[in-house]
Amino acid sequence: MANLNALTEFIKSGNRSKATKLTQEALDAGEVPQGILDAMVVGMDVVGERFKCNEIFVPEMLIAARAMKEAMAILEPALVKTGYKPIATAVIGTVQGDLHDIGKNLVSMMWKGASFNVVDLGVNVPAEKFVAAIKEHNATLVGLSALLTTTMPAMQTVMDAIRAEDFVGVKVLIGGAPITQNYADQIGADAFAADAASAVDAARKLLAN
Amino acid sequence: MSTHYTSLAIDDPTKLVFGHAPNPFTLRRGMVLGGGLVYPEINFTLPPMLIEAGTMNKVCTEYRQMITGVLKRAAELESPGVLVEFETLPPMTEHPDWGMQIVNILLDAMEEAHAKDGLASALRMTPNDNREMVRPPQMRSGIYWEGMLELFDRSAAAGAELLSIESVGGKELHDDALTMGDMQGSIFGLSVLGARDMKFLWTHIVEIAKRHGVHAAGDTACGFGNTAMVLAEQKMIPRVFAAVVRAVTAVRSLVAYECGAVGPGKDCGYENPILKAITGFPMSMEGKCASCAHFSPMGNLAAACCDTWSNESIQNVKLLGGMAPTMSMEQLIYDCRLMNVALGEGPKEVLKLRDWFVASDDSLDPQAYILRPDCCVQLAQAIISKDTPYTAARHVGLTAIDILRQAHADKSLKLSDRELPWLDTMTDTIQEMPDDENVLAQQVIATTEPGRFLPAEYGLTS
Ligand code: B1M
Repeated sequence: MANLNALTEFIKSGNRSKATKLTQEALDAGEVPQGILDAMVVGMDVVGERFKCNEIFVPEMLIAARAMKEAMAILEPALVKTGYKPIATAVIGTVQGDLHDIGKNLVSMMWKGASFNVVDLGVNVPAEKFVAAIKEHNATLVGLSALLTTTMPAMQTVMDAIRAEDFVGVKVLIGGAPITQNYADQIGADAFAADAASAVDAARKLLAN
Repeated sequence: MSTHYTSLAIDDPTKLVFGHAPNPFTLRRGMVLGGGLVYPEINFTLPPMLIEAGTMNKVCTEYRQMITGVLKRAAELESPGVLVEFETLPPMTEHPDWGMQIVNILLDAMEEAHAKDGLASALRMTPNDNREMVRPPQMRSGIYWEGMLELFDRSAAAGAELLSIESVGGKELHDDALTMGDMQGSIFGLSVLGARDMKFLWTHIVEIAKRHGVHAAGDTACGFGNTAMVLAEQKMIPRVFAAVVRAVTAVRSLVAYECGAVGPGKDCGYENPILKAITGFPMSMEGKCASCAHFSPMGNLAAACCDTWSNESIQNVKLLGGMAPTMSMEQLIYDCRLMNVALGEGPKEVLKLRDWFVASDDSLDPQAYILRPDCCVQLAQAIISKDTPYTAARHVGLTAIDILRQAHADKSLKLSDRELPWLDTMTDTIQEMPDDENVLAQQVIATTEPGRFLPAEYGLTS
């Protein structure tokens, strides 16, 4: 039996080579792919928690995320064969006219760590591109980020475009420095998150409903 | 023609003070920057709203209201003068006609306040650097480059006396370097890509300023140093990392002055005191009055060497006292009054107030500590002792680390346990970097995914 607790530890410490090696060994030893994935997610959850508690910095969290990404590359073919589907496919982007992306990138990274399949559309993303990506990837979660007061209205434009499509079960989460819960309510978004860590909790909650 | 600084304009830290710059200059309405008075510099922005052809009337109404309100308050409080910064929002640079509509509103109001109340003022014009609207950014041509130059040119012709920008060259790699805590990537973004782009950009801006008889003021490494500062403030990256990045940003911002800019360096360039020591030009700074835009760990210390004192940016929303920009104007004027009283009393009083500004912040955060006037002179010396931006960046980075290490050792600065190992990591990284920037450039080109940046746009060949 492979030591999945050790895999959790290697993800936590961001040890890429050991995490990938152990993932391969676990597969070779016949571990259930879902079990291997769970061990990784537990590791990333701990990392996320430590970050939330100000015990580690983003670079340390990113190192863990990289280790998980590389281990996932090894695990993914086996996972797919078992009929595994990620918890959700999420489309995320910074809205049109806005180039601020550090906050959005952090949310994207945290969502990946929570084993969502994340399609990052980048910055300055027009509403049509969000809609097209939702269709193409069958996304059920959409993340919008805006940092400028003058690009906040572009979130409304995306909301209008999404609502005009009659998508079933597509939830929209918004965030960014000038964004508030009030603004989310005003434009009909499903949720607002103040920071990257709470964006994971908020997304999980939305998807559970 | 560009100057390479080999000596300091201010090498005695007791001479690095607010209100006095070795190279002051006079604006059209008689305000002397760096000549013994600190002036308030006000900047304001729109509340949540769209900017498009159909909303431009509303946009203009907002700006008219903001400028009228702030100038009225400045006149009531008998400010000796006001610098108004118009930092455009991206569509206003993309469509220079829209930007110019607002420039004219601001200049008309400033003219009227002068005629009616005798209020002296001048306009700093800060178009957006929209070149990264396309990815990878196109730095030397294209509609965004053209639109930016057109707005500089037309606003200078209309009466804007100071030209500035928050340029972004090198940022496309620097953002990741910040979130990865990668000092080599930061130095590459700032001193190889950034410095090359600054030279190209500022040669053009200086040429426009000369053509219209106005002043190329200066840039800021906002997208680098302030991004680091905001990330550190949110506890995402170590404060010592942000402090060292700040020291290195001075190398990038210096290029504007090497190309012919004369100050005041833009408000959000917290690295400006280092540049004042090198160039002797007046500098704008922001601190506690800019918390309407973002937080910082040096609200008082930032005023130590300023020649204009700014609020960075404030939205036009209603507060109990009145509209937010007017409130901000009042705060700036009171801060300036205090500094100007000290300036009137003499050098000893100026030093006393300056040192109080410094002492109230410096021991609490490495980003503040690194900007103490004595540290600024030390960092400035490190920069001018090297021949190229890249070598200067590595040297000033190591100097900054030494300053912080020493300060922690003698207990004048308290660093937390989780910050300390980063000092060694950064030292090792900088020491292990190649001596030749071209070697580093080729390494970066070979290992960066294609499409992140275009080496040719920085004069690099791959
Ligand atoms: C999907 O669900 C979610 C959930 C949560 C989400 C989420 C999505 N997205 C974010 N979150 C949340 O989680 C994140 C992590 O905890 C958080 O993300 P944040 O993004 O808030 O936090 C980041 C981790 C760190 N924070 C940041 O990265 C933003 C910091 C500040 C200082 C800032 C920066 C760094 C930059 N800027 Co800009 N910038 C400012 C910012 C000041 C501020 N108060 O925010 C602001 C937003 N900028 C401003 C301005 C004016 C501008 N900027 C511009 C450019 C830049 C830089 C490129 C230099 C740089 C961005 C680098 C980058 N790659 O993103 C220009 C516009 C460019 C454009 N078209 O967008 C320019 C117009 C400046 C100019 N002269 O050109 C101001 C806005 C004014 C307004 N009217 O709204 C500003 C408030 C600063 C100021 N001057 O006052 C949460 O908000």
